[in-house]
Amino acid sequence: MTSTYHINENGFYGAFGGAYIPELLYANVEILRLNYKRIIHSDEFQQVFRQLLKDYVGRPSPLYYAERLSKHYNARVFLKREDLNHTGAHKINNTIGQILMAQRLGKTRIIAETGAGQHGVATATVCALMGLPCVVYMGAVDIERQAPNVERMRLLGAEVRAVHSGSKTLKDATNEAIRDWISHPEDTHYIIGSVVGPHPYPDMVALFQSVISEEIKSQLEEQAGKVHPDYVVACVGGGSNAAGAFYHFMDVPQVKLIAAEAAGKGIDSGHTAATVAIGAPGIIHGSKTLLMQDKDGQITEPYSISAGLDYPGIGPLHAHLAQTGRAMVIPVTDTEALEAGYELCCMEGIIPALESAHALACLKKLELNPDDTIVVNLSGRGDKDLETYINNLPHGK
Amino acid sequence: MENRIDKLFKRKERDILSVYYTAGFPKRDDTLPLARALETSGVDMLELGMPFSDPLADGPVIQQSSEIAIRNGMCIEVLFQQLSALRQLVTIPVVLMGYYNPVLQYGVKAFAERASALGVDGVIIPDLPLDEYEANYRHLFETLNLRMIFLITPQTSEDRIRKIAQLSGGFIYAVSSASVTGSSGSVVSEREVYLKRLASMDLKKPVLVGFGIRTREDRLGVRPYAAGVIVGTAYIKAISEGDTNEQTYSFIQNLQV
Repeated sequence: MTSTYHINENGFYGAFGGAYIPELLYANVEILRLNYKRIIHSDEFQQVFRQLLKDYVGRPSPLYYAERLSKHYNARVFLKREDLNHTGAHKINNTIGQILMAQRLGKTRIIAETGAGQHGVATATVCALMGLPCVVYMGAVDIERQAPNVERMRLLGAEVRAVHSGSKTLKDATNEAIRDWISHPEDTHYIIGSVVGPHPYPDMVALFQSVISEEIKSQLEEQAGKVHPDYVVACVGGGSNAAGAFYHFMDVPQVKLIAAEAAGKGIDSGHTAATVAIGAPGIIHGSKTLLMQDKDGQITEPYSISAGLDYPGIGPLHAHLAQTGRAMVIPVTDTEALEAGYELCCMEGIIPALESAHALACLKKLELNPDDTIVVNLSGRGDKDLETYINNLPHGK
Repeated sequence: MENRIDKLFKRKERDILSVYYTAGFPKRDDTLPLARALETSGVDMLELGMPFSDPLADGPVIQQSSEIAIRNGMCIEVLFQQLSALRQLVTIPVVLMGYYNPVLQYGVKAFAERASALGVDGVIIPDLPLDEYEANYRHLFETLNLRMIFLITPQTSEDRIRKIAQLSGGFIYAVSSASVTGSSGSVVSEREVYLKRLASMDLKKPVLVGFGIRTREDRLGVRPYAAGVIVGTAYIKAISEGDTNEQTYSFIQNLQV
């Protein structure tokens, strides 16, 4: 089957993607580009990857029929419980895949960027598992506001390097990781945390995360007697959990794909990370995609209450899904996400990550029928967000 | 009219000194006065950096100069306004260097036409892929007599070096080591091996060496193998403090071979 939504031979999803990188990165990226498919599709790789996902990550993650939530929204709501993975989010699916990739490319040193620290922790974890040195770049501002994850990474043996350039957040941590890679072209593999960056990263990360929708299909068949839900809902920052949740449904038109992006204080407020709503095509971190920028092409600062969605770009796959109308992109404000988070706490006894709470907030915005089946990807758990939840509790609670 | 870059390399085969600085730094309107001071000091070619918010291939010094320039209000439009007096004041070749996104937003065609009309001789866009240049822009740039210059590094394969040598206009920009701009530079012996290898490839295009080049000794070290050097970070550091004219003269004086 030929697909409109998968990458073409030049590394593009429609008008988006490619590898817009300085020559200094070319050799590093080229080794990956020439080898990633062969390695991923080899029996040996698949066997080791699947085994680790099962025994170390704890997959398959449950597909949970949320009864009270379903009653409340008068539809059949399932939660894909990525929050129950080891390290508490979907991020580890990718880092397991990439550390195995790095080993097979003969790389002996790992670098990564992190915003909230979830990807940093997932990278530090697999580096500890494989005994490889790990350097995580993190904006100085994020180090300040995500202290527990910094400690986790250090406990796992990673070196966390503070980034003081630019806005001192995720975008700048990514720049700094790329600069490190430029300076270490021979021994280092860069584990990017989302479906962003130059080709082949968006495709490779999506492949590693595609286990999410692979499991949804078989679990839904078992539990609901059908392979295809009516809706799949996921939050999008860079978009790795959404890429994984959408992957096996992209070419099935009757499955509606819903992407929740972080509107922050509102898409017109000047404090937002709603890239699809207010962004324009351009180049960020080696990829042609939608991004938030000023009229001169300078990349602007995003804002979201959720550090994991606080990114001024979006993976090229999602830019393509949005532009072609295949996915519907819904902006969700901080307040709406918090409300959806509180609701899940009280109604199902699950504290979701603030990122995932953006996806949950879409339930209110969709016109659902009683026999609609909706899968919401619960990408991570909310332990890291306790303080934010508590500080924003409505009065009287 | 013959392109000034081509003319320079015809006239001078060794010891070319090209200086990079960020347009709009330290002050917004320093761009042209610095160009003039550099020419008077004996510099052979100028590379004007168009500042970008996220310069992936640059170290902290050029990052900071870019940040300050953007804060000063520098952008492609302002730069072009400043350059309207370029050819009344400056005769040496001028290359514009900047990342792809701002150029893309300005419009590549409009950018190239305007640059060419203002007397710019070449452009360096480090994150513009070779294939995209070849397919979409090569004809445009060649028609406008603008040289598009490409980079090579010690990691660039021999096949790719030959392809780049063929596509690169005017000269080849050889990055001296695996590093971002302004790093401590390569181990001199490794740099020599790399430059020797390049020289032996008989590329039929002059090579300028950049990244980590900052002293007279660096220039002398490169002399046997390449047409010259590009100095950036060290110069930006020099003009970050004190009188920019005086700093320019003494900095270039110290680099003379």
